[in-house]
Amino acid sequence: MASNTRIILICSGKGGVGKTTLTANLGVALAKQGVRTVVLDADFGLRNLDLLLGLENRIVYTAQEVLEETCRLDQALVKHKQEPNLALLPAGNPRMLDWLKPDDMQRIVTMLTKEFSYVLIDCPAGVEDGFKNAVAASKEAIIVTNPEVSAVRDADRVIGLLNTNGIKPVQLVLNRVRPQMIANQEMLSVDDVTDILALPLLGLVLEDQQVIVSTNRGEPLTLSDNNSPASHCYSNIARRLQGEQIPLIDPSKEGSGLRNKFMRLMQTKIF
Amino acid sequence: MTLLEIVQKLLGRQQSSASKARERLQLVLAHDRTDLSPELLDQMRREILEVVSKYVEIDIDEGAVSLETEDRMTALVANLPIKRSLLKVNSQDAE
Repeated sequence: MASNTRIILICSGKGGVGKTTLTANLGVALAKQGVRTVVLDADFGLRNLDLLLGLENRIVYTAQEVLEETCRLDQALVKHKQEPNLALLPAGNPRMLDWLKPDDMQRIVTMLTKEFSYVLIDCPAGVEDGFKNAVAASKEAIIVTNPEVSAVRDADRVIGLLNTNGIKPVQLVLNRVRPQMIANQEMLSVDDVTDILALPLLGLVLEDQQVIVSTNRGEPLTLSDNNSPASHCYSNIARRLQGEQIPLIDPSKEGSGLRNKFMRLMQTKIF
Repeated sequence: MTLLEIVQKLLGRQQSSASKARERLQLVLAHDRTDLSPELLDQMRREILEVVSKYVEIDIDEGAVSLETEDRMTALVANLPIKRSLLKVNSQDAE
């Protein structure tokens, strides 16, 4: 039923922190768990979700034709071959931005809720119209950020806007975490970021070169059963979304050896 | 402050970049979140004092109106020591 569908906005404010990669990987991971999931590319200006999912050559119609009623919804949806529980609703032409209104996004999402249990909306960067349209159609949100000052600042601004729009719950995914840098106190720690943003942590994703390899191929990491660090993190996030209690890994506890143990001791808070 | 930061301080070394990032973020966010200019805050403070002093006599020198942010909630905190109630005085005058 429509009311049970979870409509989750995946946003960050700043560009390039990993929204689209998270959307693609979560979509695949949820579909693998047997839930009907649709990923909606709300980034009409700079669409990329199709590319990360390897579906760019299979697009016939887009959200634009659905809204113009020149095609049916099921004609525009691109079903993933390996994961039939997953579908993509591609973004239309960038010119859509000229006329697209919050109501249009709501209409599209309402149509999707009839067939899917999860609607993941890949939000454009920024806080302008594209963001506002996407927010209007969403119920809950995942904020993606990196342990970097500019990404955290922009995330904070977006959290404020989501709060005033009544989006609930808003959860945090900390992306591109480098445990060794945190151990050396050269990167904001997980606690630093959750304290500053005052959000519950849905999960963290370790920095992983395999992410680039997987985007080269258009096969999200969660698609195969490889056990790369980021893939593991993405799957855990999907399972937590589904209500499973999976303990968070603590990057400061990663890595053994005398040096790591010593650096951990040095991080003890005295006052 | 962590053990490492204390050792670094004792050795006269630079503060770790993570704690520098933390400090800078906390400052810039406190400013971002309130979105109120100092002039506007001052005007609000004066108007609040004006209204309150219609009803009670307050110690203007001791009074403070400020914004405090904690856990994403920004609160307007007014601390206005009351010298005496003006209403009571007025009613006594009337008798």
